[in-house]
Amino acid sequence: MDFSPLKPTAEMLQKQTRPHLGFRQDAWLRLKKNRAALAGLSIIVFISLLAVFGPMISPYSYSDQTLANANQPPSAAHWFGTDNLGRDLATRVCYGARISLAIGIVASLINLGIGVLYGGISGYFGGRIDSVMMRIVDILYGIPLLLYVILLMVVLKPGLLNVFIALGLVYWLRMARIVRAQVLGLKELEFVLAARVLGASPRRLIFGHLLPNSLGPIIVTLTLSIPEAIFIEAFLSFIGLGVSAPMASWGVLASEGVVTLRSYPFQLLWPAVAISLTMLGFNFLGDGLRDALDPRMRR
Amino acid sequence: MFKSIVGRILSMLLVLWVIITVTFVLMHAIPGGPFTAEKALPEAVMKNIEARYRLNDPLPKQYADYWANLLRGDLGPSFKYESRSVNEIIAEGFPVSAELGLVAVTLSVLIGIPAGMAGALYQNRWPDHLVMLLATVGISVPSFILATLLIFCFALWLRILPAAMWGSPEYVILPALALAGMPTAFIARLTRSSMLEVLAQDYIRTARAKGIAPFTILWRHALKNALLPVVTYLGPMIAAIFTGSFVIESIFAIPGLGRHFVTSIYNRDYTVILGITVFYSALLVLMNFLVDLAYLWLDPRIKPEGED
Repeated sequence: MDFSPLKPTAEMLQKQTRPHLGFRQDAWLRLKKNRAALAGLSIIVFISLLAVFGPMISPYSYSDQTLANANQPPSAAHWFGTDNLGRDLATRVCYGARISLAIGIVASLINLGIGVLYGGISGYFGGRIDSVMMRIVDILYGIPLLLYVILLMVVLKPGLLNVFIALGLVYWLRMARIVRAQVLGLKELEFVLAARVLGASPRRLIFGHLLPNSLGPIIVTLTLSIPEAIFIEAFLSFIGLGVSAPMASWGVLASEGVVTLRSYPFQLLWPAVAISLTMLGFNFLGDGLRDALDPRMRR
Repeated sequence: MFKSIVGRILSMLLVLWVIITVTFVLMHAIPGGPFTAEKALPEAVMKNIEARYRLNDPLPKQYADYWANLLRGDLGPSFKYESRSVNEIIAEGFPVSAELGLVAVTLSVLIGIPAGMAGALYQNRWPDHLVMLLATVGISVPSFILATLLIFCFALWLRILPAAMWGSPEYVILPALALAGMPTAFIARLTRSSMLEVLAQDYIRTARAKGIAPFTILWRHALKNALLPVVTYLGPMIAAIFTGSFVIESIFAIPGLGRHFVTSIYNRDYTVILGITVFYSALLVLMNFLVDLAYLWLDPRIKPEGED
């Protein structure tokens, strides 16, 4: 038998064993196989469509009060029934979706901005800067954050903009930690060294090389922080610190529904279903994205 | 070991200092004093009130006074209820909240860990799918919604449990279930994934190759290592249960600390808000510290300096 090594021919070297796939195609392929993630994605798309088009199509407005029609059960005219001021609940739930989704997305984007900047700088420069910056994060991590969101809302007065500010200011810590860990791991790799040798500036290294390569965990964290923000806003509205009337987020609708739970349980049902479905959608999608984007990161 | 414990105590004190200072600053950043009511009070009355609560002193002096009182364990008087101090309010509400919280924590550990283990053992078969589905639903349903559903089912429809109030043990069941829902789901997910990781390791294969019974492997070899991440989560979980109890206590009309907190927010009763925040935060920081200690003791591999 002949055990001498095979001489590689040009043809062998060029033969592809599987088609070349980019990061995005690869992730999409893996996501498509995950039925729960696809279900989550469909829920989110469906609710976003309702949020955008629902209030436009509806013959009622979210704030029109018709006291003669108060507390009606679901009917052909009012699909979800009406609330104690005669406002159409279907319209209010769709409008609430706008507010709640906006809060989820804007608050998460603020977290993303602060977290990426903070974590990126900390991880890139390392050394003493890193240990001081991470020490600060550790200390903030020890604080029960929800209490401080509540306190901030007491100080800032309820309102949509202030919900953005309170949530954005408080919840960036996890994003900062994840970005920092990614950057720390990547910056010793050869392609970064190569870029540095070629004279790339720190800003270009961070934003052009390190962050794009940490996109997977960042997207996952972002997806999972949207439902968290929606949840916290619902909680705040529930204790009377969220957006102010006549604006209605799902949390406001739920807390109004609790008051009339005994006589008109359907008034709580709709916002409760909407919140839970949205959370479910984002959680399923987030889990699926985690498996699709970064198979190594499990939790 | 000793050095790292001292380090943790120091950082705990630092956290407490930050908490108290931030809370103090936030409370004093509120536009208008706590006595700016709809009906304007006569100026003389206002002056008297402010003098009584020392709101006219310069801020650094108020801060120093607050610290001096705090170190003596005095959180000050309530602005709203004249005859009561914050200490009394806390002494009254805390035992109730603690009882509720303890039941909820116990429930979530007792249900969450076995559920997660079952999921890991039957990975990708129906028990796993069931556990993961329930757990994802569990972390998706906010506690106040779970609470109202429970009230609707068991109190209004089946009429087997009381809908609200506090007293004999059956009053604990519904609020504890509502409070435990989300942490249970989280623990189940965490246990499942860390169990899967442990079960894939070489020493488990070795144990299996030696012919040890599957149950013994799970119980004696895998469980302790798999529970480490769960222990880490206990600190934040206790925080979640405690803060979750704000809303649950309001819904179930339970006279605990959480309800006082929510009422004090409605009333804008600043000393009570400040006092309860400081108390809760201190408690949670202490819990986190204890969890850290437990972790050091459980996992000898942890580097004392706390490197990632």
